Amino acid sequence: MVDVTIIGAGVSGSAVARELSRYKVSICVLEKGEDVCSGTSKANSAIAHAGFDARPGTLMAKLNVEGNRMMEPLSKELDFPFQRIGSLVVCTDPEEKEKLNDLLERGRENGVEGLRIVEREELVSMEPNISDEACAALYAPTAGIVCPFMLNIAMAENAAVNGAEFRLNTEVTGIRKIEGGYAVETNHGEIQTRYIVNAAGVHADEIHNMVSADKIHIIPRRGEYLLLDKSAGSHVHSTIFMLPGKMGKGVLVTPTVHGNLLVGPTAQNIEEKEGTNTTRGGLEEVREKSARTVKNIPYREVITSFAGLRAFEERDDFIIEEVADAPQFIDCAGIESPGLTSSPAIGVMIAGMLRDKMGLEKKDDFIAQRKGVLDPKKLSREELRDLIKKNPAYGNIICRCEMITEGEILDAIHRPLGARSLDGVKRRTRAGMGRCQAGFCSPRVMEILAREVPDLTMMDVTKCGGDSKLIVGELKDRL
Amino acid sequence: MEKRELTCIQCPMGCAITVEMENGEVVNISGYTCNRGKIYAGKEVTNPTRTVTSSVRVTGSAAEQMVSVKTKTDIPKDKVFACVKALKGVTVQAPVRIGDVVVHDVAGTGVDVVATRNA
Amino acid sequence: MAEKYDIVIIGGGPAGLAAAAAAYDAGAGKILILERDRMLGGILNQCIHNGFGLHTFNEELTGPEYADRFIRQIEERKIEYKLNTMVMNMTPERVITAMNREDGMFDVEAGAVILAMGCRERPRGALNIPGYRPAGIFTAGTAQRLVNMEGYMPGREVVILGSGDIGLIMARRMTLEGAKVKVVAELMPYSGGLKRNIVQCLDDYGIPLKLSTTVVDIEGKERVEGVTLAKVDGFGKPVPGTEEHYTCDTLLLSVGLIPENDLSRQMGVEMSPVTRGPVVNESLETNLPGVFACGNVLHVHDLVDFVSEEAGIAGRSAAEYVKAGRGAGKEAGIPVLAKDGVRYTVPSTIRPEFMNDRLVIRFRVGGVYKDCYISAYIGSERKIHRKCRIVAPGEMQQVILQKKDIEAAGSVENVTVCLERE
Repeated sequence: MVDVTIIGAGVSGSAVARELSRYKVSICVLEKGEDVCSGTSKANSAIAHAGFDARPGTLMAKLNVEGNRMMEPLSKELDFPFQRIGSLVVCTDPEEKEKLNDLLERGRENGVEGLRIVEREELVSMEPNISDEACAALYAPTAGIVCPFMLNIAMAENAAVNGAEFRLNTEVTGIRKIEGGYAVETNHGEIQTRYIVNAAGVHADEIHNMVSADKIHIIPRRGEYLLLDKSAGSHVHSTIFMLPGKMGKGVLVTPTVHGNLLVGPTAQNIEEKEGTNTTRGGLEEVREKSARTVKNIPYREVITSFAGLRAFEERDDFIIEEVADAPQFIDCAGIESPGLTSSPAIGVMIAGMLRDKMGLEKKDDFIAQRKGVLDPKKLSREELRDLIKKNPAYGNIICRCEMITEGEILDAIHRPLGARSLDGVKRRTRAGMGRCQAGFCSPRVMEILAREVPDLTMMDVTKCGGDSKLIVGELKDRL
Repeated sequence: MEKRELTCIQCPMGCAITVEMENGEVVNISGYTCNRGKIYAGKEVTNPTRTVTSSVRVTGSAAEQMVSVKTKTDIPKDKVFACVKALKGVTVQAPVRIGDVVVHDVAGTGVDVVATRNA
Repeated sequence: MAEKYDIVIIGGGPAGLAAAAAAYDAGAGKILILERDRMLGGILNQCIHNGFGLHTFNEELTGPEYADRFIRQIEERKIEYKLNTMVMNMTPERVITAMNREDGMFDVEAGAVILAMGCRERPRGALNIPGYRPAGIFTAGTAQRLVNMEGYMPGREVVILGSGDIGLIMARRMTLEGAKVKVVAELMPYSGGLKRNIVQCLDDYGIPLKLSTTVVDIEGKERVEGVTLAKVDGFGKPVPGTEEHYTCDTLLLSVGLIPENDLSRQMGVEMSPVTRGPVVNESLETNLPGVFACGNVLHVHDLVDFVSEEAGIAGRSAAEYVKAGRGAGKEAGIPVLAKDGVRYTVPSTIRPEFMNDRLVIRFRVGGVYKDCYISAYIGSERKIHRKCRIVAPGEMQQVILQKKDIEAAGSVENVTVCLERE
């Protein structure tokens, strides 16, 4: 019997796995996708929110501020990109200026440090492209930007290195109460476990409702985004929000840690839990609303659009608790924004709950440090020369937009929980994430995957697992 | 008198050519810029032909998996699919030089399929 | 220590090869071609269809055969080249940093640089096509590589968006290899490709071309399962009620090519917002002295023969520059103005003292014009007045100016290329 089974290898599940792997406990993580970070965690604003949005006293407020504080040391420990660039909530209507003060007060109550109101003059000097209507803003110097893939993957990899077992392509189909715990039924057999952590993102209600009579309901809230080329990356220098509304924080404009410009999201409640399609109306709305806070966004530099889902739960707070009528089953549900920011704190909180309940002891051999995929761009000329001499693959550029070498792709494939698909390579190395959007490098990355991954042929390489095969046959095979 | 308006496919200029016909016989061709266009137009209305290009697998080449091929001259248009079908399953052994015959007399056209790449 | 070359050519495709051979023949000594792919020839290697070379060799060749002619010229002249080599950086002083497996990161110093990096395809993201992001969406060029170079079918039932030449060529290729190409949709009211390709790639196989039509939705979460097309109005907006659904597993995109000028921009080369390529004078020299450009990196061509011709000029100009310091780039030239339907010209300035006897000015028009005249003025004097039954943006045009006419005109303020009704 496994001690703890975590359902979902998104950012929450991976954070729990990583924190829990500090202890002497057996951990199994079930992920229905072909890779970690393949649901809600992969498509979001990539922001480490300061923490002034959530209502004081909520878990969201507490974990956001804690997660934000943890992000920087964690980024060093686990080697993922994070930059504390600050955020601005921009007010464009003098009559609404009071709302900035309300946010400021709320933020202070939540424990957010350094908040202050900046008036137009200072705002323009900070952000020359701010809208002409902007009259003041709430400045939050602690806000930051993070790479969501690399955060998620880093935590998962580190958990795996510390003994957590990840089972990918494994979908939970049912849960039965058994003596001493639960039997988790999946498409790949059954797992008996003492404890369950339900970190299933937009599907967390389905998992919860398998064991509890007290039903919860997750509403997928779709957010559509536009991503612009790096040439537009310095259009703004901090994350620019509009004043928040009922459906969330509105459309933001932000640089990303990799130097692109990200604009979005919309907020639309939908039925479909995999409804990550973009819509004409949604993308138009992004353009329109962004113009309220930032002017002259060079939309001809858009390189891609995407949509993500927020796992909104009707209680409008994170649900992190042992389910009353299902002992040893812990929900980690309703983790919508600021879930990414909060994830490190969520991991600590749930690992702490399990430690106390199970009386866990710390391991002596926990490995806290993790090195990410080696980035040759960060090396000196001499170091790079030595590296290429030792491993010529680092001299071979595969993705010419992002200048990603074969060496990095090999690293991404062969590390723990390594990449198995084009998207897996992309999220670990950025190969295919540039302005040509994988047009040039995808056949080359496919060849490398087919060569390196045992039992994988060109015909079986997928974009993102499942039926997402890129090649359907050979020439003339149907003639 | 029947008039056929054609776009010449002999070169990228794409001249608009008019062919006048009577009882299936070409009586006048106009609008072409070069002789190739005139020949094309005459053939296109009586016996249209095309050059076919494709790719076949090559074995024993370090660099290449495929060798591109073409019909050495144009073949009747209605033989195009038969020609491609005749290339199904064809594999060539490296070394291959441009112009090497890959398939003789493809699909009964009397025309050879030749390599268009070295491998 | 950086090795010194007279001329370094960035890119070993058709432009780079022709430039290298021409520079050699014009007397340049030490020439180096840097090519990022594993072979010379660039995109021609995957363009296995015929139709190349009629202007250059007076015979009809396939892409690989055309490339081979120029590769042989390089080999015969023993011009040095490095494959699998990516240029990482260039300075205005013409120090080039490149990288490959064998040499690692290295610098070369160039007396002159010829930019010949070609172009890349516009991806889906640039079009804002809504819908899912499943596997099965390829640019036409990526599909062309998979089919022609690797022998794989990227799909069985295909819809193509965009009527650029690569898309048209791939419609025929996929059809011949056993796929069903259902329709080609083009956003504009005219095709972006050559007329001959519509005839021999679409009409021959009964593939419909729908103009003023775009993709408004993509279905399928893992692999493409279908797309929805709709008519667009005069502003490119979909017209409600005109939607048509197509079941397919593949969407190919042939929606435009963008000159690959990241390196040029980085080194400070001035760009034309119209062509997205460098602004050049009659010698195809950029604003940076000793830095020349040719081929699709300069402006996207329809025809490789003209690329070769243009590259020959860049190669000879670069050789002259190295030999004599000719064309130091700073002298102001006579501006060439693109007016009345003409979107741009290459070159955009002329220095008469550096002109050859004749100068080809290439340009594209902004729309479809019937029964018009292509005119060129030197100053206010009309020197060229050529009747055209039809001109379209998909087909590059040219006018040829004579040096003697420019010299005879004395000091003129500009040269104008335009379309005229009469």
